[in-house]
Amino acid sequence: MSDKKPKRREFLFTATTAVGAVGAAAVVWPMVDQMNPDASVKALASTEVDVSSVKPGNTITVLWRGKPVFIRRRTKEEIEEARSVKMEELIHPEKDEDRAKNPEWLVMVGVCTHLGCVPLNDKGDYNGWFCPCHGSHYDTSGRIRKGPAPWNMEVPKYEFVNANTIKIG
Amino acid sequence: MSDHDYKPKSKVGQWFNDRLPLLTLANHLTDYPTPKNLNYWWTFGGILTFCLITQIITGLTLAMHYIAHADMAFESVEHIMRDVNYGWLIRYIHANGASMFFLAVYIHIFRSLFYGSYKSPREIIWILGIIIYLLMMAAAFMGYVLPWGQMSFWGATVITNLFSAIPLVGEGIVTWLWGGYSVDNPTLTRFFTLHYLIPFLILGLVVLHIWALHVPGNNNPVGIDIKKPSKDTVPFHPYIVIKDGFALLMFMIVFAFFVFYTPNILGHADNYIEANPMVTPAHIVPEWYLLPFYAILRSVPDKLLGVVAMLSAILILAALPWLDTSKIRSAVFRPLYKQFYWILVADVLILGYVGAMPAEGLYLLIARVATAYYFLHFLVILPVLGFKERTLPVPLSITEPILGGSPNLAAARHRESKTK
Repeated sequence: MSDKKPKRREFLFTATTAVGAVGAAAVVWPMVDQMNPDASVKALASTEVDVSSVKPGNTITVLWRGKPVFIRRRTKEEIEEARSVKMEELIHPEKDEDRAKNPEWLVMVGVCTHLGCVPLNDKGDYNGWFCPCHGSHYDTSGRIRKGPAPWNMEVPKYEFVNANTIKIG
Repeated sequence: MSDHDYKPKSKVGQWFNDRLPLLTLANHLTDYPTPKNLNYWWTFGGILTFCLITQIITGLTLAMHYIAHADMAFESVEHIMRDVNYGWLIRYIHANGASMFFLAVYIHIFRSLFYGSYKSPREIIWILGIIIYLLMMAAAFMGYVLPWGQMSFWGATVITNLFSAIPLVGEGIVTWLWGGYSVDNPTLTRFFTLHYLIPFLILGLVVLHIWALHVPGNNNPVGIDIKKPSKDTVPFHPYIVIKDGFALLMFMIVFAFFVFYTPNILGHADNYIEANPMVTPAHIVPEWYLLPFYAILRSVPDKLLGVVAMLSAILILAALPWLDTSKIRSAVFRPLYKQFYWILVADVLILGYVGAMPAEGLYLLIARVATAYYFLHFLVILPVLGFKERTLPVPLSITEPILGGSPNLAAARHRESKTK
């Protein structure tokens, strides 16, 4: 055998493998991506809620993207309690001012950031929410204070369409 | 095991066997030399095969009546229970069959731990077994989701959320698993598909598991290598077939007791309430066979580390053949290991118990101690024990202590004193 022939082979092997790998990846991606949320799921991305009947100190729960969303009309004491907390005391430091632009209304996804259970209203050591699954305590701003959950409950994108209607998503 | 010069008697048999040696395989399985001292703990391999076949047959029949849709799944299960002829029986066999399957597999695993069956040259059999066990857990978990009750829904939510502990890509993976922003219809349909697929993967792995077993042959209560075939072995048929058959019969009595007398005792009442994404049941508990790992998950206060600890608790088993440094297989000749073995059994039972209790106060403390001990056993005690332990002398063959007419220990001491 001459010197040249094996090199030519090597090139062919490498080129074939490379083209084959690209082809395989191109086929695998659709098979993987078909499992991601489909168009009909994404289409349900926003919900409008009428909050005119919610009294101070009450919470309503609405379904958004298959998840419960808590809308709480907070009392003055609750707002004060949430805003007086020092940042150093928080596991996941976030100002209440940033979480509730309109202090009276707290809107957040009612899903515990530990493993996804729905926390219970007006329970726990911090007068906010308590998750019965693994014992996470949230305060009146929905911030994690005690227990295994790593983050505060998520505040979704929302806006007041008018004084009585909130649009989530 | 390529000992086969087998020739079928009939001409037709020979003609067929020359083209497809199925008869050679059948002959290998009947004549397969088995240690003659196998006790009843060795019958669980056969029992597990029975469990797998039972789950596949009952599962196929249930699939003919079940509808994998979030709006209809719960009702279709009630339809099976009330309307389908013998539907209640088939479903109760399938649901309790899962528990029986795990009961048998735990006995099978702990038998292996006691007699050192995972050690060289049987590491591959052991690792295949661990993969089967992982697939069993996946199949059981997804099967539990299918009735679409409250426990189904929230169990699925909690378990899939374990993946959200992965840094950066966690949330994306969870959304991908769900096919949405929460557990919903796309999740249900894919779980049904995978639940249908996995038993057949297990079946394939069981074939490899048995194939790998038939290369070195069975371990035995004495844990020594034996000559095959010899005075120490008996043919699989009829000796082991009859013994396995009798044990299977006993096992089926227990199985039938659950199916006919307390079919719901191993389940949760909450699962007879249809799934509701707005309300989480007050007390979420997985099925009994996952409780020890659930206890480990909850004993760690950090989300990611909790998930890591839980997975490590299972995967550490795959490294067992190398963590256990002792050359002696059977615990019969390892006085210290025998004690640690029973402490481990107790430890796992305690983990299972606290896994079912709320994670607070004393329960949490016990769970933490038991979790620490679990890892201590595998990572420290086993490796050290192999070097420190003074093992008892093992017999030269299975027949030796019996034909010698004296207990093995005395015979061995006698031998030892002679050489001194």
